[in-house]
Amino acid sequence: MDARANAQSYVRISRVGKVYPSPRGDVTALADIDLDIRNGEFLSVVGPSGCGKSTLLKCVAGLEGVSSGQISVRNTPVKGPPDRLGVVFQRDVLLDWRTILDNVLLSAEFLGLKRAQVEGRAVELLKRFGLGGFENRHPWELSGGMRQRASICRALLCDPELLLMDEPFGALDAMTRDDLNVELTRIWQDSNHGQRKTVLFITHSIVEAVYLSDRVVMMSRAPGRIVDVIDIDIPRPRPLSVRETPRFGELTGKIRHHFAELGILKQ
Amino acid sequence: MKHGIFKRLLAESRTRDAFAIVAALLIIWEVCVHIFSPSPLILPAPSAIFAEFWSSPWVFIRHSGYTLAVTALGFGIAVVLGIVLAVAIVYSRFLERTIYTLLVALNSIPKVALAPLFVIWLGTGTEPKVSVAVMLAIFPIVIDTVLGLRSVDPDMLSLARVSKASAWQVLFKIRFPCALPSLFAGMKVAISFALVGAIVGEFVAGGTGLGFQILVAQGQFDTPRVFVSLLLLSLMGTVLFYLVDFGERIFLPWHVSQRPHVAVAGG
Repeated sequence: MDARANAQSYVRISRVGKVYPSPRGDVTALADIDLDIRNGEFLSVVGPSGCGKSTLLKCVAGLEGVSSGQISVRNTPVKGPPDRLGVVFQRDVLLDWRTILDNVLLSAEFLGLKRAQVEGRAVELLKRFGLGGFENRHPWELSGGMRQRASICRALLCDPELLLMDEPFGALDAMTRDDLNVELTRIWQDSNHGQRKTVLFITHSIVEAVYLSDRVVMMSRAPGRIVDVIDIDIPRPRPLSVRETPRFGELTGKIRHHFAELGILKQ
Repeated sequence: MKHGIFKRLLAESRTRDAFAIVAALLIIWEVCVHIFSPSPLILPAPSAIFAEFWSSPWVFIRHSGYTLAVTALGFGIAVVLGIVLAVAIVYSRFLERTIYTLLVALNSIPKVALAPLFVIWLGTGTEPKVSVAVMLAIFPIVIDTVLGLRSVDPDMLSLARVSKASAWQVLFKIRFPCALPSLFAGMKVAISFALVGAIVGEFVAGGTGLGFQILVAQGQFDTPRVFVSLLLLSLMGTVLFYLVDFGERIFLPWHVSQRPHVAVAGG
């Protein structure tokens, strides 16, 4: 039986700590993180720079080991990158010598899939992200927003169950960012034949976190720990205008207020 | 397409200007010799130098051909060996500590001074000349290729790990293409070094080649003959350099330094 069918939580993070040794004493990046990401959930982690949110993502991705505690994905302890995983970083890291299509196909090449098997899907993904007709362009011929779209297509190509996104829109201008927020929710909502992907989304934008997510995790720094988890009960689909509703303002206000109380944001 | 690149090269104002400046210098030289009439032992006129070449063109061409062959062989071996060494150094901490350190130490010896040793070891044939050329040319290639192989974006390597890329795939699909611009930078330096190495080899022991020609002509106070050899050498060096440059244009059309000015697509 499919593991994810009977597993309530897709990612289970239990009492995870991460300590980096440094010449001036150990630095605690994460302390006692307890968090479950449900199957098909869109979960955002928001917090100030240096709160360890990217470290948390790297640990879930199996790119870094934890110092204490345990992370399991699909009930299997994470030792290296789990299967069916897609990752998007803040920088698009496209390869300059490959066309957009070849960049999207890269992960499939690594996994040893035949090009013919996945090329159609890659072209279709690019089209859905507004990159139809740009398949044979090179990354340097595209704007930052288009490049990041291509890198999301690359992450989605092999139909991952778990999508980890580390401030993917952090380097983009506000309008492009809005655009991509809308596109990402649209893709996420009608993905996977009814089965939505589980998404862990790292951001430092409270508005972005509330707009995209089912739940928002608030983190604080030194050491990185979870201070609150907030359910976002705004119904989907969410048009951009949902950000002007009172409920949206209430939720972002609540998060902002909480950060202010912690001394992370000024009142 | 190749034809197009060649045409562009010729049409480039840089190439035209270079020819113009060389022609101007030769004319000034010729005029000065006629006005000041120095002893032909000190400074022969360009016309006398060309006359010397025409008196026995095949002799010069034969010697040039030999030097060219030694240079090309030395350069080719240096490129292959240099890349292999660079890859080994990047992938092995042990080799980095040993070979890399040894190479740097060896590089601080004036390698020209080692040429006589190669004659003792390898005799007076072609081998010691090629060896000196290799020894001089390999350093810039190893140093630059190591730098290039290491300049891969760490996020790109993380992405490769998530996609379960093998070490070979990372090397051939990511690291090596990423190192190509540095490799070409090293090759541009190395090609001139290989020519220097070939000439030094011929100086020390030889019976053929432009270096040997210069040595013999010097013994006979045949200054025009020395000048013919020098001009042929500089011509050879220039052509070889631009051949590498040409290769760079063909292999790295994607690199920043090679891009035509493209309009960035919007979005």
